[in-house]
Amino acid sequence: MTEATVPGTGTDAGPRLGARYAMPSGWRVATLVDARAESRTARTLVLDVPDWPGHLAGQHLDLRLTAPDGYTAERSYSIASAASGTAPSVRVEITVQRVPGGEVSGYLTDAFAVGDAIEVRGPVGGWFVWSPVHDAGRPVLLAAGGSGVVPLVSMLRTRRDAGDRTPFRLVYSVRRPEDRLYVDELARRAEDGLEANVAFTRAAPLDARRAPGRLTLAELGAWGWPADIEPACFVCGPTGFVEAVSRTLVALGHDPACVKTERFGPAVD
Amino acid sequence: MSTLTPGFQGRPRPQGVALPPGQYVEAGFPVLSAGPTPRVDTNTWRLDVVTESGDTRSWTWPDLMALPQDEPTVDIHCVTRWSKFGTTWRGVSLDTLLADVESTADFAMIGSYGGYTTNVPVAELLGGKAWVVHTFDGAPLHPVHGGPARLLVPGLYFWKSAKWVNRITLLPMDEQGFWERLGYHDLGDPWREQRYQGD
Repeated sequence: MTEATVPGTGTDAGPRLGARYAMPSGWRVATLVDARAESRTARTLVLDVPDWPGHLAGQHLDLRLTAPDGYTAERSYSIASAASGTAPSVRVEITVQRVPGGEVSGYLTDAFAVGDAIEVRGPVGGWFVWSPVHDAGRPVLLAAGGSGVVPLVSMLRTRRDAGDRTPFRLVYSVRRPEDRLYVDELARRAEDGLEANVAFTRAAPLDARRAPGRLTLAELGAWGWPADIEPACFVCGPTGFVEAVSRTLVALGHDPACVKTERFGPAVD
Repeated sequence: MSTLTPGFQGRPRPQGVALPPGQYVEAGFPVLSAGPTPRVDTNTWRLDVVTESGDTRSWTWPDLMALPQDEPTVDIHCVTRWSKFGTTWRGVSLDTLLADVESTADFAMIGSYGGYTTNVPVAELLGGKAWVVHTFDGAPLHPVHGGPARLLVPGLYFWKSAKWVNRITLLPMDEQGFWERLGYHDLGDPWREQRYQGD
């Protein structure tokens, strides 16, 4: 593969469906080279993936886990690391939230060890993406519910890596303070101009300026962008969160075509 | 190669087969159609792909046959709850047909001879997930099963695999096809048991 064919990095990365949706047909055997706790219940996995074809911020990948008897389980995870080009060996990061009773997430957060191998396929998804090549300049609102922040952090990291100054705002809804992911990094991104607000829905820290509760229309209006400047909105989280936020954005006057959403539920573990 | 995901056990195994929820195993090949079976002559057969800007690309039967052919073996799942394992087909991947189509559409409306329509997200048509097939189990596809050519999207309930396919219209917003307007699910993922709107 030549450099020019890498999504988002080449000069000819146009709207060809073959380029936007092409997925490598095979599974690659990746190795866990590093891991770190992101919260009490979430763990970032750093995977070394041979011949990774490159990805855009916002895309995801599929993992396939294999049991000794040959049984397999597949799951999709959003990519947390910044967009990358193709390379013989690329480190791709995902962040896994442990789901109670989950078949896969508990293994990945608790048992999967540095040096272990896992099959990876991807990247996947060509809609919920942000690229400094194609999308620079237009203000961006990122709205995250829980671990829905993961692909949005990839966008922030991609912006940082590109030295891009597109105005970004983040609205991050989590149940409790200890559920936040990337706490230190999000604080550092403020130095790059990110304006971030956190809404705690179940329990707030003592110094919080709002009582615990769901995001309101007024908050989304104040913490987002005016609809008339036509920002790009990315909303990711559980279905209930995505439904509520995207409906509110449209009520605030945003063109539905400018609101991109990504959902996950318990079913995706 | 080192052992993959050492220590992973997974859930208790399904009883012998990978059956989506609510499905049963069917050895035959039931036929379900909304109307009379169209008889389509391959001399006049055409497949059109229409983009959101109105550009059209067309393939004749010889055009289709001249493209690289795949031979997928897949399980299929009908919303009426039968599943059939290991069906073998021959046809052209939609990755091949759509690779150079200029479009940013995320949805497609599949159209058929006879007027049948069904909506499928573009993401479900690409990436090795869908074919236009003309051969089943080594023989030309019978008209009752959608011959001369049907769509094959085995990852979705089988009503999405439109028989007698002749048109793929790319759309920026999802629209509903024949069964979908009648209450069936817009996506129709059998593993999430998305049979009806609201599932």
